[in-house]
Amino acid sequence: MSQGQPLLDIQDIHTYYGNIHALKGLSLVVNEGEIVTLIGSNGAGKSTMLKTVSGVLKSREGRISFAGTRIDNLAPHKIVRIGISQVPEGRKIFSHLTITENLEMGAFVRNDTSRIRTDNEGVFDLFPRLKDRQQQIAGTLSGGEQQMLAIARALMARPRLLLLDEPSMGLAPLLVEAIFDTIIRINREGTTTLLVEQNALMAFQIATRGYVIQTGRIVLEDRTENLSENEMVQNLYLGVDME
Amino acid sequence: MSYLLNPEVIINQIINGLTIGGIYALMALGYTLVYGILFMINFAHGEIFMFGSFGGFAALTYFVNSGFADAHPGFSIIIAFLVAMIISSVLGALLERIAYRPLRNAPRLAPLISAIGASIFLQNVMMLIIKARMQVYPDIIPEKFIEIGGVSISYFQIFIILGSIFLMVGLYLFIQKTKTGKAMRAVAEDREAASLMGIDVNRIILTTFVIGSALAGAAGVMVGIYYTQINHMMGFIPGIKAFTAAVLGGIGNVAGAMLGGFFLGLAEAFGVLFMPAEYKDVIAFGLLVLVLIFRPRGILGEVVSERT
Ligand SMILES: Nc1ncnc2c1ncn2[C@@H]1O[C@H](COP(=O)(O)OP(=O)(O)OP(=O)(O)O)[C@@H](O)[C@H]1O
Ligand SMILES: [Mg+2]
Repeated sequence: MSQGQPLLDIQDIHTYYGNIHALKGLSLVVNEGEIVTLIGSNGAGKSTMLKTVSGVLKSREGRISFAGTRIDNLAPHKIVRIGISQVPEGRKIFSHLTITENLEMGAFVRNDTSRIRTDNEGVFDLFPRLKDRQQQIAGTLSGGEQQMLAIARALMARPRLLLLDEPSMGLAPLLVEAIFDTIIRINREGTTTLLVEQNALMAFQIATRGYVIQTGRIVLEDRTENLSENEMVQNLYLGVDME
Repeated sequence: MSYLLNPEVIINQIINGLTIGGIYALMALGYTLVYGILFMINFAHGEIFMFGSFGGFAALTYFVNSGFADAHPGFSIIIAFLVAMIISSVLGALLERIAYRPLRNAPRLAPLISAIGASIFLQNVMMLIIKARMQVYPDIIPEKFIEIGGVSISYFQIFIILGSIFLMVGLYLFIQKTKTGKAMRAVAEDREAASLMGIDVNRIILTTFVIGSALAGAAGVMVGIYYTQINHMMGFIPGIKAFTAAVLGGIGNVAGAMLGGFFLGLAEAFGVLFMPAEYKDVIAFGLLVLVLIFRPRGILGEVVSERT
């Protein structure tokens, strides 16, 4: 994947929960067309960063730009409108709504009815299991199916940038592979992707560049093949996976 | 007590129960919609209902005095309902913006106190407007009855029962079928996830208040037409009863609020066969206490129960 212009540019953001300083001057860039991964252990601040990008949390300092315009003061729904969708941690599907209704909510910001229908077919191509269950209440789906729905729902907004928060969490290895194959496919079709993972082994296989976050700061940044060779990364993030 | 077995009495009480039940149901929906989305009891809902009733009263009085109502009685009633629903909606929207939104992230007691304050304030505003005098609704629907097998049903009752069902079906279709209705359900389930879909959560919450208030406004006109006398305190008892109906059906549950309203109306209608009419209110509040003790989630249970 060739590197384009910076699409998402995060500069020195500081995010707090009350007095807890969760992001301590974090900077990260995702270029147009890339898959970038952010890895870190529990509580490092990965979800906090994605929530800050999506506007659910506000940074007290620093700036976030998307395609050249500042977005750090926008409300979450406006950030979706300009092209950033997130698959949140723990899926957060609407469990009382049907699959179809969940996908409709994904396309909430759009009005191009006929293209929404085409995209609906498109996500069913990616996830045929959802197609057979369109009228099913989403809460009754299995964990893997819920993750598929969460990704499908985010794609329905036709984002330029897709934020994924630990899509492999709680899934069997085979399913993780299927989901990651889908992420590659989505990326090839033109969606820039920022993938947050604890599963560094898998993430490095599909991402071109990676960042390592520890207690709210980026401590390493490199191409993923170099990160895989890095001793600290091997000890902290790959060791467990290769046991 | 043999008259209790008389089918005419039973049918009569069913009709009475459905009439008042429809009104309770319309009001209960306002409580349940707001609770479903904010986990808050809008205790000023009775006053929103009261203002709607006065809005309809003003419109109808104007139409009767100007002679318009003689020429177009049906049209006058429809306009009166629209006026009432608009006034209630605007009031509901103002309450949300001024009294509740600033307290969205405050402890749960804060918006409750704000609601009670708003309720007292609105009662006093109306008291000043009407100089604390009882107002009489102009009679515009002729007090006629249809006889069906010895049972006489008034036009008012048919009108109220059909009108409330019509509004409830409309609400149900709105929530189930429209994009905004689905967004309301999404916001009720998970506000943050909804915002990540690009849903403007504040707008949906405002819309929810507007819809619930409009239904209360319609109920206000129905009460005016049915009982003819209205005053600034009129929202209090129906408000608590509709709240009871919402709890009966499982607060937060839309279908439950409808069922709870009709159930309470019927319970009252049949209750007065067994006890002096002065004790009618005891039925509602007795039921409220019983449900809260034995089945706090209501008959159908709370739909939105993931978050507390
Ligand atoms: N709602 C909250 N209130 C207070 N502190 C929070 C809250 N959410 C997260 N934190 C704290 O902020 C820090 C970063 O949390 P975050 O959820 O971003 O971590 P993470 O990297 O996503 O971890 P995980 O891999 O477990 O999901 C942690 O120390 C966490 O305890
Ligand atoms: Mg996380």
